[in-house]
Amino acid sequence: MANLKELSAAVPERLSSGHRLCAGCGASIIVRQILMGTKDPVVVGASTGCLEVATTIYPYTAWETPFIHNAFENVAATISGVETAYRALKKKGRIEKEIKFIAFGGDGGTYDIGLQSLSGALERGHRFVYVCYDNGAYMNTGIQRSGATPRGASTTTAPSGKKSYGKKQRRKDLTAIVAAHNIPYVAQGSIANWSDLITKAEKAFNADGPAFINVMSICHRGWRFNQQDTVSVAKAAVESCFWPLYEIVDGKLRITYKPKTKIAVSEWMDKQGRFKHLKKEDCREINEEIQQEVDAEWERLLKREAADSDN
Amino acid sequence: MAKNKLTPLMGDQVAAHAMRQIEPDVVAAYPITPQTEIVMNFSQFVADGRVDTEMIPVESEHSAMSACVGAASAGARTMTATSANGLALMWEIVYIAASTRLPIVMPVVNRALSAPINIHCDHSDTMGARDSGWIQIYCENAQEVYESIILAVRIAEHEKIQLPVMVCQDGFITSHAVEGVELFADEAVKDFIGEYKARFSVLDTDKPVTVGPLDLQDYYFEHKRQQSQAMEDALKHIPEAFEAFHRAFGKRHVFVESYRAEDAEAAVVALSSTAGTVKSVVDKMREKGHKVGLIKPRFFRPFPAEKIADLIGPLKAVAVLDRSESFSTQGGPMYSEIRGIMYDEPKRPRIINYIYGLGGRDIFESDVEYVFRQLLEGVKSGKFEKQVGYLGVRD
Amino acid sequence: MKVMKKEKKTDKDSSPKGSGKKSWKEIPIGGLIDKAGSAKDYKTGEWKTFMPVRDTSKCINCLICWVYCPDSCIKAEDGKMTGFNLDYCKGCGICASVCPVKCIKMEKEKK
Repeated sequence: MANLKELSAAVPERLSSGHRLCAGCGASIIVRQILMGTKDPVVVGASTGCLEVATTIYPYTAWETPFIHNAFENVAATISGVETAYRALKKKGRIEKEIKFIAFGGDGGTYDIGLQSLSGALERGHRFVYVCYDNGAYMNTGIQRSGATPRGASTTTAPSGKKSYGKKQRRKDLTAIVAAHNIPYVAQGSIANWSDLITKAEKAFNADGPAFINVMSICHRGWRFNQQDTVSVAKAAVESCFWPLYEIVDGKLRITYKPKTKIAVSEWMDKQGRFKHLKKEDCREINEEIQQEVDAEWERLLKREAADSDN
Repeated sequence: MAKNKLTPLMGDQVAAHAMRQIEPDVVAAYPITPQTEIVMNFSQFVADGRVDTEMIPVESEHSAMSACVGAASAGARTMTATSANGLALMWEIVYIAASTRLPIVMPVVNRALSAPINIHCDHSDTMGARDSGWIQIYCENAQEVYESIILAVRIAEHEKIQLPVMVCQDGFITSHAVEGVELFADEAVKDFIGEYKARFSVLDTDKPVTVGPLDLQDYYFEHKRQQSQAMEDALKHIPEAFEAFHRAFGKRHVFVESYRAEDAEAAVVALSSTAGTVKSVVDKMREKGHKVGLIKPRFFRPFPAEKIADLIGPLKAVAVLDRSESFSTQGGPMYSEIRGIMYDEPKRPRIINYIYGLGGRDIFESDVEYVFRQLLEGVKSGKFEKQVGYLGVRD
Repeated sequence: MKVMKKEKKTDKDSSPKGSGKKSWKEIPIGGLIDKAGSAKDYKTGEWKTFMPVRDTSKCINCLICWVYCPDSCIKAEDGKMTGFNLDYCKGCGICASVCPVKCIKMEKEKK
């Protein structure tokens, strides 16, 4: 894997400055790091959301690559069409270049409204990378809850209040849902570990079929913390195993980062205003349940990794 | 092959043959009755290597149109097909295909929209999409379906038009009835449509473009004004496609057909297969000396206002038959648009409306005779039974 | 001080003529943006209140700031960090936060 000196010289910037994502936004860091995973020309698709809206305000576009946005729930279907056209035209000799295809969708456009079109594209086996930048809510429209919102988080449509502690439901395990489609490459990554993320991006771009990476996207606006702490909040999520880093290659799971000292989930949650109501005494049970869920999921991953390495 | 040889084919099959001869680069389609035969027949052509088309077996109509937008944006000649609730499901993206100015051609097999669920013919689906910015062509029979799909490619891809086209046929009535169809030679169709030269492509990585940006209040209106202009330009340039089609195949296509209406007192305006029924009644009534005729629009979008006004202006009374309801309390969509364009005309007939045929309710010659009798009696007495009627419903 | 000529308001239309924005006849159809990276004409540097300042004597050219800048405002040449692009820097402070040797500080921007 290339180091930063080589990357800064060899890979062009596909996303220019001048986009209007918030200062300190995790999404643009993800886009930059993921696109460092290939030197080939890329065609980028994005669902409606922070990324698409802030990078393509007519007549400005921050994309130095071809870019297509269609609607909220269908970037996977749209890129399926682009990728199929590419194969059709290449077969007819009308295109010769090697081009990579990548779709970016927020958790809103992926876990919820976009789940169907993602599933269809994965089942059909198109050669493309799908990256979900998961910031745990519909951030672009005002921090509304999604299927990816962590339990206990306060969002504007499932806020904490006198009679509620925020989101009651556990979040969907989208990475597992995607893995159940038996595609060549599935991973969870984070900007907390840029080297791991870029390596995963390389593998994804080189997969012989669909590849998927779920990346925790840190949103200081929606999560309520100082914009400067974006990366340290990302790191705490990984060190607490709330957001484990792993990959599934042809069905075999491997954890790519194991914290030396697993910190309590509350250390991650304490950094964010969206969880501050959980500090109340009557939320003690919820906090314990949240910790237990994280621990159980981590154990499950360790067991699966051991089982897969035996086969 | 002998000239004018007729091949027995259903409307759906003929659409699949047109698609075979057009041989689009990409087809993304989802099955829905009564369009299914189009997709199934075309899939067999692909499986047998009779077409070099990449098919995307999408998981919904919404994804079908989404994939078409993607493929068309990548410079591929792209087609799909649908009906009723399938069109309704892709509604969001149907508008996007038109506003992104992608020349996608889509046969639509007209079927009633739910609820209740009904798989039979009416025009509620494509009439519901009349504001989407697509060009709309309605076909009376399988021959028209076949020719209109081929013609549509030329219209959609015209450099001054650049709009998607839906080619409509009546569900089951046309789509599943066998007729003798004259097919053109494969080469002749290929020559007529020519090679597709896309206006832009997201696969052009040397000249990267952004498709589908966010417009704020300062640009959206300008983009929509461009679309309005495109429909005006379509009215102007579609006749060039008619000319080229005539040169290539010896067949004339028009915006609006008129059948024995030149010296008529009363006429019925009807789309699609019902027009065939009306022609039969016109002939019978003409033999009895009644001066009646038929006006059959072929294009609903752009709306051929001038042609329709020219044809019905001199008449005394006209009944517009709508195979869909607008639920405005003021009649069906075609009736409203025709009354609208006639408002300022110095000479205009009495115009009444019958809503008919919803959910596949048959319209018989006796029903059409009834309409003509109402018109002729109204012309004589100066009084018309009602402005908007429902033809064929049990009251 | 320049005095702006007041535009005569006609009752024909209320479009912002003279706003410098193109008419519908002058822009590509279909909403297409045919100039890649045109966002570079939009200087987001105006957003910042704080700006990064680097002690170059301490900088080890690890380029960690480069890989983390959300706005691609870290200039890197021949494997060395050569400066900040203040035209676009929004002053988020992530570079200062991730720098392993803490050679970047955020200071109030001097206008």
